[in-house]
Amino acid sequence: MGILDSIPHVNAVLSHRPWPRAVVTEAGWQAAIDRLVEGGLTLLGFWGEPTAVHMAMLDGGSAEIAVVTYECAAGTFPSVASRHPPALRLERTIHDLFGLVPTAADDLRPWLDHYAWGKSYPLSGRNASRDARPYQFLPAEGEGLHQVAVGPVHAGIIEPGHFRFTANGEHVVRLEQWLGYTHKGIESLMQGASLEAAAKLANRTSGDSAVAYAFAFARAAEAALDIEVPRRATYLRALMAELERLANHFGDIGAICNDASFALMHAQTGILRERTLRAAGAAFGHRLMMDVVVPGGVARDIAPDGVTALRTLLAEIKKVFPRLIELYDNTASLQDRTVTTGIVKADYARQFGAGGHVGRASGRDFDARRTLAYAPYDQLSFEVPVLEAGDVNARVWIRIREVEQSVELIGQILDLMGPGEIRNTPPAGRGGCEGLALTEAFRGDVLVWLRLDGALRVERCHLRDASWFQWPLLETAIEGNIIADFPLCNKSFNCSYSGADL
Amino acid sequence: MTALRDILSQGVQMCLVLLLAPLLTGFVRKVKARLLRRRGPPLLQPYRDLIRLMRKDVVLADNASWLFRVIPYLMFAGTWVAASLVPTFGNGLLFSWTADLIAIIALLGSARFFQALAGMDVGTAFGGIGSSREVMIASLAEPAMLITVFSVAMIAGSTQLSNVAEFMGSDAVGLRVSLGMAFVALTIMALAENARIPVDNPATHLELTMVHEAMVLEYSGRHLALIDLSSQLKLLLYVSLIACVFLPWSMATADASAARLVYGALVYFGKLVVLGFLLAVFETSIAKMRVFRIPEFLGAALMLALLATLLRFVSGSL
Repeated sequence: MGILDSIPHVNAVLSHRPWPRAVVTEAGWQAAIDRLVEGGLTLLGFWGEPTAVHMAMLDGGSAEIAVVTYECAAGTFPSVASRHPPALRLERTIHDLFGLVPTAADDLRPWLDHYAWGKSYPLSGRNASRDARPYQFLPAEGEGLHQVAVGPVHAGIIEPGHFRFTANGEHVVRLEQWLGYTHKGIESLMQGASLEAAAKLANRTSGDSAVAYAFAFARAAEAALDIEVPRRATYLRALMAELERLANHFGDIGAICNDASFALMHAQTGILRERTLRAAGAAFGHRLMMDVVVPGGVARDIAPDGVTALRTLLAEIKKVFPRLIELYDNTASLQDRTVTTGIVKADYARQFGAGGHVGRASGRDFDARRTLAYAPYDQLSFEVPVLEAGDVNARVWIRIREVEQSVELIGQILDLMGPGEIRNTPPAGRGGCEGLALTEAFRGDVLVWLRLDGALRVERCHLRDASWFQWPLLETAIEGNIIADFPLCNKSFNCSYSGADL
Repeated sequence: MTALRDILSQGVQMCLVLLLAPLLTGFVRKVKARLLRRRGPPLLQPYRDLIRLMRKDVVLADNASWLFRVIPYLMFAGTWVAASLVPTFGNGLLFSWTADLIAIIALLGSARFFQALAGMDVGTAFGGIGSSREVMIASLAEPAMLITVFSVAMIAGSTQLSNVAEFMGSDAVGLRVSLGMAFVALTIMALAENARIPVDNPATHLELTMVHEAMVLEYSGRHLALIDLSSQLKLLLYVSLIACVFLPWSMATADASAARLVYGALVYFGKLVVLGFLLAVFETSIAKMRVFRIPEFLGAALMLALLATLLRFVSGSL
């Protein structure tokens, strides 16, 4: 039974692929929220258009996805966030960008809009203006509480974001994030862009996940246009996706240890990360492998000596990495910092549908590569590590296990990848069509939804980073911990600012 | 003639610690970098940093009080005097008869008190966090330090460092359990007092985890140069103190010849290299503690120092 069977809807949109989309009435919208609240479905995405809002939902058991659409005739829609908190930031974003008002919403503070755009509701197509008010942080009351404001400018080379701690001495009582400082207007740039230009934009949403975004965008476009991708191209895409995962996981493992002042691990994993990036550069001509994955396949094949470079890389990782795991595991002072620090409760991980290492370290067994089994992962064998502890240590171990799996996957891909075509040209003039795709970035699932017009131009595209559902959990993870442990917790999440600020 | 010689010797000592302090910090940084397979900054980088900071303008917060501007000089003066009281290449220094170990601790304690005040002066959240953490550490480290001093003083029969060094260098000292404990306690204290890993991380950029650095975040220009130099002097002081009390070999006596003095200086230099290297190795092999583990760590130092003193009471030969 499909998800939409239990939700009263007006009509299904035929040009939406590969999963169904249906327009619903208020009753249907509320029924969908009911399913989210009771936990039967997980919220995958929530985005707007000038006169409609869309919600993508996942049935974890049957691996089905459906999108419901509510037409905002009066410029309003029933609030999702007032009943299902994970939707809150996305709902505030919809209000910021499109000026649609969620009725009965508890929190209508701006999220991405810092009153620096020169206009309000930029995607609404209307000339409306909004009163600029100072941002109000949520209150915390009690004797001896004091606030510590951190950011948006930080001391390290990281992205900008504001963190407002309310603390009692060292103990954190409340943390509230305020993001949006890296808003680039990607969704507005997407509108009217050619498929090629849009793919480049998607690539640059979050630099460390360039391949994952390009992969998701390409798959959404291919779904919309209903075109096949050559077998070799799917393997090359997965190869790049795994290389990206390796590089980022190496960086993260080291950076987490470095935040506990254990620089030795950082130095060692830094070497591995650099080797991975160089191998990627040798194989695909760009260290971050930007603009290689394009709708229809891949833009260029692996360099002739790329396979050798990758095999050398794998050999080195297999030699060095086990010793680093041992170092991590045997350094008691490091374990003392990571074990039981920053616990994310399994209930929250499930409710928020947290992907990636955040969800899997807290018992949420979801990996888009396996649950949705997109090509070529349906032909590869790998395990998805899941732990229950939910602390910093568990998030490190998920990364360690994923590194091992990625090394195996790259080996398999190099063995199985046969010769062949690498790109199919998208057909011209299909009429309007819509596509939805999820890929697994190193942080978790990236969702891309897009609508193309007949001339292969993007009418509307929404990109949702995994961080949207991870950032709020960081606020819960730090509660009861001490301020000095926040950098460690934050690094163990390593959420994207750029991806979530769009 | 003797007076002149004493003044000269003391003057050399004061200049020596001032000149050597940045080099020791540079050396520790270099070794740490090499251990991490990095090339690391040049050994002389700390000098360049100090010169650079000295040339820069001072940026002051609007609400900084006069205290904020005075404190770097107070800290520097206190630490420099304390550092010049510790015998390095030779004992019997002129000043060492006017101030003993307890005076050194008092000087450092005053410097720390002023630094904690400066951290709170401007009223930023990080400064306050740093000061509160620093005072928490100080409230445990200072008693432990005093008891360590007592245990050493009881064995040596004096709190004068020159006398202590002379006694420790003689055959009368023997193999004592209490000295071993005092040594471990002093080492722990040296790590805590100098904001080294595992108590604090001198190289971190994470404001929320800082202790020492958080207090001085608002400083710039020559103020920051003086504070940095004070921290470097403090590190040198503690390394010299450990060398003087527990490795007092080849120190020149008050009436030694010039050649003997040079020999003493060379050996002192060697001691700095060895202890600096050990510090770098230790710091590389361990992660920083949770803030609330620090009391346990310093508590261990306090207990060891107490035990050392007790053992001395129980048996004269331990």
